[in-house]
Amino acid sequence: MSNRFFEYLLRLGDDRLVLGHRLSEWCGHGPILEEDIAMANIALDLIGQANLLLLKAASVENAGRDADALAYLRDAREYRNALIAELPRGDFAFTIARQFLFSAWALRQWEALASCRDADLAGIAARAVKESRYHVRHSAEWLVRLGDGTEESHARAQDALDELWRYTGELFLTDAIERELAHEGLAADPSAFRSAWQKDVDDVVARATLRLPAVEHWQQGGRTGLHTEHLGRMLAEMQVLPRTYPGARW
Amino acid sequence: MPQNATTDDPRRLAEFEARIARCKTIEPKDWMPERYRKQLIRMMSQHAHSEVVGMLPEGNWITRAPSLRRKMGLLAKVQDEAGHGLYIYCSTETLGVDRNDLIQQLLAGTAKYSSIFNYPTLTWADIGAIGWLVDGAAIVNQTMLAKASYGPYARAMVRICKEENFHKRQGFEIMTTLAGGTREQHAMAQDALDRWWWPSLMMFGPRDKDSPNSDDLLRWKVKQKTNDELRQRFVNITVAQAMAIDLTIPDPALKYNERTKDWEYGEIDWEEFWRVVRGNGPCNRERLAARRRAHDDGAWVRAAAEAYAAKHEPAASVA
Amino acid sequence: MTGNRKGGDTAHQLWEVFTQPGDGKPFEHAGSLHAADGELALQNARDVYARRSEAVAIWVVPSKAIVSSTPEDVGPFFDPANDKPYRHPQFYRVPQGFRM
Repeated sequence: MSNRFFEYLLRLGDDRLVLGHRLSEWCGHGPILEEDIAMANIALDLIGQANLLLLKAASVENAGRDADALAYLRDAREYRNALIAELPRGDFAFTIARQFLFSAWALRQWEALASCRDADLAGIAARAVKESRYHVRHSAEWLVRLGDGTEESHARAQDALDELWRYTGELFLTDAIERELAHEGLAADPSAFRSAWQKDVDDVVARATLRLPAVEHWQQGGRTGLHTEHLGRMLAEMQVLPRTYPGARW
Repeated sequence: MPQNATTDDPRRLAEFEARIARCKTIEPKDWMPERYRKQLIRMMSQHAHSEVVGMLPEGNWITRAPSLRRKMGLLAKVQDEAGHGLYIYCSTETLGVDRNDLIQQLLAGTAKYSSIFNYPTLTWADIGAIGWLVDGAAIVNQTMLAKASYGPYARAMVRICKEENFHKRQGFEIMTTLAGGTREQHAMAQDALDRWWWPSLMMFGPRDKDSPNSDDLLRWKVKQKTNDELRQRFVNITVAQAMAIDLTIPDPALKYNERTKDWEYGEIDWEEFWRVVRGNGPCNRERLAARRRAHDDGAWVRAAAEAYAAKHEPAASVA
Repeated sequence: MTGNRKGGDTAHQLWEVFTQPGDGKPFEHAGSLHAADGELALQNARDVYARRSEAVAIWVVPSKAIVSSTPEDVGPFFDPANDKPYRHPQFYRVPQGFRM
């Protein structure tokens, strides 16, 4: 059980760490000062969740690694995040559209995990549900404004959805690990909330006067460490200090 | 001041100065000398610009912070700076100017901001040095400004001082960790102190005898202490801290004066000071270019929000 | 066109933010911010003025909707209240030994 649970906690943690990192790239470069602060808040929530999840993963693994070792000393092939989290931040429409698609999914996932049989994970989930609810509200309201704003913002928001949509299928993939853990009450089975998520998305996309594209093929691979080329570069930047000065404390 | 004599009614000016002398707070709708308003707008907008431009050198390391704890601490700190810029811009707007106009002045290169942010952050230790020295200097300055005679400015400063408590500690903790770490880390910390020490002293502005705006600001209690007084206070606080963590202040002339209880310091390179103020520091162009890019890239977002508001909330959106 | 168009750019309108620092406490002015509409103003107020759990509730009000007294009003508005002792409980005597 513990190997599988460790693997699952990495998936949860890496999703948040990688997305939080991408969002933090906006700090100081937002379209308006107020929004700079808002995006930093969401990034902080996600990195905070990642920190707790990786701490938990480290304790489940019980191999002498701590959360920082998991974050800073794993290569891209060992990362377990969904691909959607690692795509470069793009423009504000891309950032908002991704945040909405992810947050709406994460909220359902956290809601399910709040009754997880593992008390630590249930505790993390109970707190994260509140954070995610706000992330959904923030990103949904912005997606609606961009979609139903100007001609330019509409086009940008539609481009973002067109690009991102094919990465959403991966969020609902389950493998033996997740199925067995879900059966034991330790994981959230995403197929249980796929239709609820789809409805959340449809409602907001409709309000935003946007449309979801047809998908020929769902991009996937993150859960087994088969990533886009972007993740390696992101990690090279993120991990530079611990890699350059092995063993140093910061 | 000749400006006052020509534009301000002497009776009202006398009343105003009597209020200041009684330590009364000036509020936005109160009568104030034109020069008081102008000096406040100049000083407050420079302060706000400094907060916003100040996000860039530190933001440079958010994606490279070496641990999750450091990443969160730094992101929260840079976020606070956006908040502080926002509070001060809003306070400045109570003087009848528009934030957008102030930002346009910044982007056009006609407004000033603290020169310290025109220096590059080359290593992680620079993040420690900025928190320790730059925020340390800012706190000395802002603690005084929290008693400024203009109410909205003083209130923003009270809030900012409360929030900035953690900034300096964050920086000093980074420096302490590095100074007590490996030989390479200690060298990194010393190098950062070497590069940031003198620019930090410059943050307090020209010497009193060369500070053209100080007289009015002091008389009208916008400032309560002179540049040199504040600089001395900062040096006294910081020297002891450097010694405590085994770092050396890069000033061979530094010596303790038993009589005044002050740490006397060597001559600041005023040529460098004016060079950076005039736009020729290492990063002046990069900083402004980054702000312009963010502003220009955000134009379509702001336009979208306005267009949406006009469609869905017309009553609230009429300017 | 709404908002202030300056130099080819759009500035969002100004809002005043009031926060309630705790359950049952009166709302206090926290500061102001710019936002295009009420929902965004509310969200931004949460992020700008309540990110250290300073509030349990928030009001946002368009700044232009605020009507305020002026310095010239100080005399006529507030001084007349100085000589109305009958509005204060100390004005009234109660026989010894009673608790009110």
